[in-house]
Amino acid sequence: MSLLEVADLGIRYGASEVVAGLSFSVEPGESLGLVGESGSGKTQTALAILGLLPAAATTSGSIRFDGIELLTADEEEMNALRAERIAIVFQDPLQALNPYLRIGQQIRRILLQHGLASGREADDRVIEMLERVGLPDPKRQFGAYPHQLSGGMRQRAMIASALIAEPDLLIADEPTTALDVTVQAQILELLASIRDDTALLLITHDLGIIAGHCERMLVIEQGGLVEEGLTRQVFAAPQSRHMARLLEAAPRLDRDGVRETVVGKTVLDVRAAAVSFREHGSHRGDRRLRAVRDVTLQVRSGETVAVVGESGSGKSSLFRAVLGLIPLQSGIVSFLGERLPDDVRSRALSVKRELQLVFQDPVSSLNPQMIAGKIIGEPLLVHAPELGADERRRRVLHMLEKVGLPDAFVTRFPHELSGGQAQRVAIARALIMKPSVLICDEAVAALDGAVRNQILALLEGVQDETGLSIVFISHDLAVVRGISHRVLVMYLGRLVELADSARLFTRPRHPYTRALIDAVPVPDPAAARGKQIIAGEVPSILAPPSGCAFHPRCAYAQDRCIAERPNERIVDGVTVACHRADEIDLTVC
Amino acid sequence: MLRYTLLRLLGAIPTLLLVIVLAFLLVHAAPGGPFDDERVLPPEIAANIAAYYHLDETLPQQFWRYLSGVVRGDFGPSYRYRDHTVSQLIGSAFPLSLKIGALSMLLAVIVGVGAGIVAALRQNTVADRVVMTVAMTGISIPIFVVAPVLVLLFAVKLHWLPAGWSGNAGYARLLLPVVSLALPQIAYIARLTRASLIDVLGSDFVRTAKAQGLGIVAIVRFHALKPALLPVLSFMGPAIAAVLTGSVVVEEVFGIPGLGQFFVRGALNRDYTLVLGIVIFYAALIIVLNLIVDVLYGVIDPRIRHR
Amino acid sequence: MIAMSASWEKIRGNRALVVSAVILIVTAAAAMIGPLISPHDYLSTNFEEMLRAPTMADMRIFGTDDLGRDLFVRTMLGIRVTLIVAIIASIVSLVIGVAYGAIAGYFGGRVDAVMMRLVDTLYAMPFIFFVILLMVVFERNFLLIFVAIGAINWLDMARIVRGQTLSLREREFVDAARLTGVSSARIIARHIAPNLAGVVVVYVTLTIPQAILVESFLSFLGLGIQEPQTSLGALVDAGVNQIERASWTLLIPATLLAMILLCFNFLGDGLRDLLDARQTR
Repeated sequence: MSLLEVADLGIRYGASEVVAGLSFSVEPGESLGLVGESGSGKTQTALAILGLLPAAATTSGSIRFDGIELLTADEEEMNALRAERIAIVFQDPLQALNPYLRIGQQIRRILLQHGLASGREADDRVIEMLERVGLPDPKRQFGAYPHQLSGGMRQRAMIASALIAEPDLLIADEPTTALDVTVQAQILELLASIRDDTALLLITHDLGIIAGHCERMLVIEQGGLVEEGLTRQVFAAPQSRHMARLLEAAPRLDRDGVRETVVGKTVLDVRAAAVSFREHGSHRGDRRLRAVRDVTLQVRSGETVAVVGESGSGKSSLFRAVLGLIPLQSGIVSFLGERLPDDVRSRALSVKRELQLVFQDPVSSLNPQMIAGKIIGEPLLVHAPELGADERRRRVLHMLEKVGLPDAFVTRFPHELSGGQAQRVAIARALIMKPSVLICDEAVAALDGAVRNQILALLEGVQDETGLSIVFISHDLAVVRGISHRVLVMYLGRLVELADSARLFTRPRHPYTRALIDAVPVPDPAAARGKQIIAGEVPSILAPPSGCAFHPRCAYAQDRCIAERPNERIVDGVTVACHRADEIDLTVC
Repeated sequence: MLRYTLLRLLGAIPTLLLVIVLAFLLVHAAPGGPFDDERVLPPEIAANIAAYYHLDETLPQQFWRYLSGVVRGDFGPSYRYRDHTVSQLIGSAFPLSLKIGALSMLLAVIVGVGAGIVAALRQNTVADRVVMTVAMTGISIPIFVVAPVLVLLFAVKLHWLPAGWSGNAGYARLLLPVVSLALPQIAYIARLTRASLIDVLGSDFVRTAKAQGLGIVAIVRFHALKPALLPVLSFMGPAIAAVLTGSVVVEEVFGIPGLGQFFVRGALNRDYTLVLGIVIFYAALIIVLNLIVDVLYGVIDPRIRHR
Repeated sequence: MIAMSASWEKIRGNRALVVSAVILIVTAAAAMIGPLISPHDYLSTNFEEMLRAPTMADMRIFGTDDLGRDLFVRTMLGIRVTLIVAIIASIVSLVIGVAYGAIAGYFGGRVDAVMMRLVDTLYAMPFIFFVILLMVVFERNFLLIFVAIGAINWLDMARIVRGQTLSLREREFVDAARLTGVSSARIIARHIAPNLAGVVVVYVTLTIPQAILVESFLSFLGLGIQEPQTSLGALVDAGVNQIERASWTLLIPATLLAMILLCFNFLGDGLRDLLDARQTR
């Protein structure tokens, strides 16, 4: 008998149906992946299994767990099942753990609630569990509050709380989406190794995660099942159009060619840029948070430079300072050989039109009180006030067409747009004055695969047509691979490696670059296994390690790396900051 | 934590100083002296009085004298109660006001938090609507309306409770003043508790607790109550100030010889030194109590404690 | 426009809000028209008709007070005074608060730190006692009441506007405008102010009952509006003195005062709910 049987499940909120006619089963001990885009009903399904849907939701169909019907079970029956037989790990551990209670107490409460242990025995079991999920010094972490742990450690604690009562089924709902990519790999590995004979239902939007960690998989689209099968088979020969589209849209590190280097004149020249913030209210009053240190980069005409790094790398701060939105502590920014004032307000109008920015969250980057036409047309009012209303309207419509939106969108308010449409409007606003450089700060991170690829294709098309230079800031190497000519990798505010895409993805020179490449989940079950996972997490930018900041996590670190900070140097045409760059071979096979 | 407390303490001093300066200047900017409305005095006597109250000194001199007195707890002599110092008057009247104020705060917290929790757990039911409508009414009706209406109802019409203070004894005469003083605060606290508990119950960590099989009672007690009561704790500062203000009205309505009554009498009689002294005393009280609330907040919220 | 009509739908859906608004409009209209219709005036004393209970005869619908003055006319006058004081005081606090908060929020950094430090300090002061001190020193001046109440209430408005401006300033669409070269004046006018308007409207609505409360508190203590002028607070005070003989002299102004305050609070609360719903959409 299956452990969990979902039959013809329907979930609706008033008139809108989020899940319809969904049927699948989970066998004891298996690992099953559930993949779908945002809004496909993945999380709703997970919540329905645990009986945690909000009161406004109505359900139909059936969910049977070990013979028990869950949809009609009362609260008492559900509470007996929760944690003890079905447990869940949520996306964001910072939100999912109680900030006011010690980690140990929160987990211990589960044992008490279910009468599994009490007193010293409960403490001991919690500490043992914390040790199993890899929390260093578990006795001390027992007494820690969530905010005192790093993101990865918090998610480990969350997993400990899910597994403490030895459930039969563990649901993990996007368990790594809120984490850095190197930490994501660790957490996924932990989930695979620790669960023993607990079945795993792993919910994600990322095909790479499914490929690497699930034996069987389900694909859902708009609340309905479109494909189901062994992961290996589904990836090899998808039966549904939706899965085929998802697979095609999934970014891959190991396929496609990279773009050849562009030889053009330098447009944007950043030399020895440094950015620092004042950190308030820490132990000894204010401290300086040195977000970016001495980064030098030239952007050439017509090329795309990707800037990649995990949280705390300083990638966004660097370009906000380049644009003059935040103060540059030191360093020089030049445009076409001419030094620019640090503050955007002191820059000439003629320069302002040349440097534009597209943000991560398209909705918050558009004024909610203005219609799309006004938003796109505002730069014209500033830079070409001589234009009449008709000409302005003509140009706005032209821009809309260019970003692939129909004329009718001119009167839409931002809240009436989807994420992809809003991002198109933001791009139209940025491009209407025909800038030389467009900086995209995680501009596609909030978008689903297919929409993301459309936006990327749009940008590439504009570049081919106009010779636009693009700086593409991203945490995701896989997204960056297909579109960038060169890649800058940053770690804790410093340049780690700057290389042509062709070299960087085949023969990285810095161990951190290699670690980032290895950490990206590959949407191919055959290629997904046997990767090296680096240990540790990104340290606090407030207290960076000595010498080479990466040394605590580096497999190649020597005494010198601890004592002495490596200077940037050029090895085989690649700018790299590693003492051992010419000794070690990091070639990706 | 100690550092946090000390910083708060240091921050309170300039505020208090500002209060003293402003209040002092206000009084001394008053057109005409305090003895204006009395019969014309012979010059020698007028000079004597001026010397006695140090009115012949320059303003900075007077301020310095006053400030050094305040630091020692000496607010100078009262203009109207000729045989008493302001400190003596405050010392004699404050304990009664404190008793009534403390009792009503206690009542307000217990009833307010209780009603708020009930309303939050029964959200959108009849019980919730009743609590919230009553609370809205409680917030809207000023204390000088509530107190006389309660007197009218329970003392004048029903004769259950004494209407005034003098001539009555025991706890019965405390009941109406304490309840009238507590009512608006009960209303505020109930609304606040409800809103913040609903907010906390909707948070992700409560969803986690539900997924762990905890029942609603266990969730409220173990997970939700502490964070839900933090906004109530921050409200204690304004609540204390409101109770002080309200005590002025309540003492007036019930004829209670507390500090509030002295204050109003002083204000109507233009007893400058008394009013000045009580304003500074009230300010110090509010600032100190706010300080305690702040520090308590730090003790309860680990994210502040560990700074 | 679409957003506007959607709001209208929601406004009509909120019964407490609509009822409150209607009651307030009717009350204000009665306060304006009532004294004109009544054959009595607010000043004339009549020792033959002292403490006469409410009756339809002679248009003594609210009865008379201890000096035989007509309570209906005095009450309507009191409402007028109360509303005028509250609205003017709210405008005072609106102007000071919005200007102060917007400046602190828009410029941020050190300017903001210093300005908000001052607000925090003022917050910790027992303002109502200062107002009483002010009334003692400057002889119950009518104008002073506006200033004093406005001076208390602008603090809240400044904090709210500052917080909103600060968060709006950090919003990406403002960055986008700055990058394009849109001037500060235009950013404030086109990008910040329109997004601020809703919050300001809501908090003005909630400031009015607070101002009413302060004014009537002062008048109740005899430190506010002075005889023969009157306000609802002063009428309640007079009623308390007649509590054993003529309870209507207390109950009528007390009920009206409570009703007006309740309506303003419901109005503000309802508007805030609408605003929250729009922002979280």
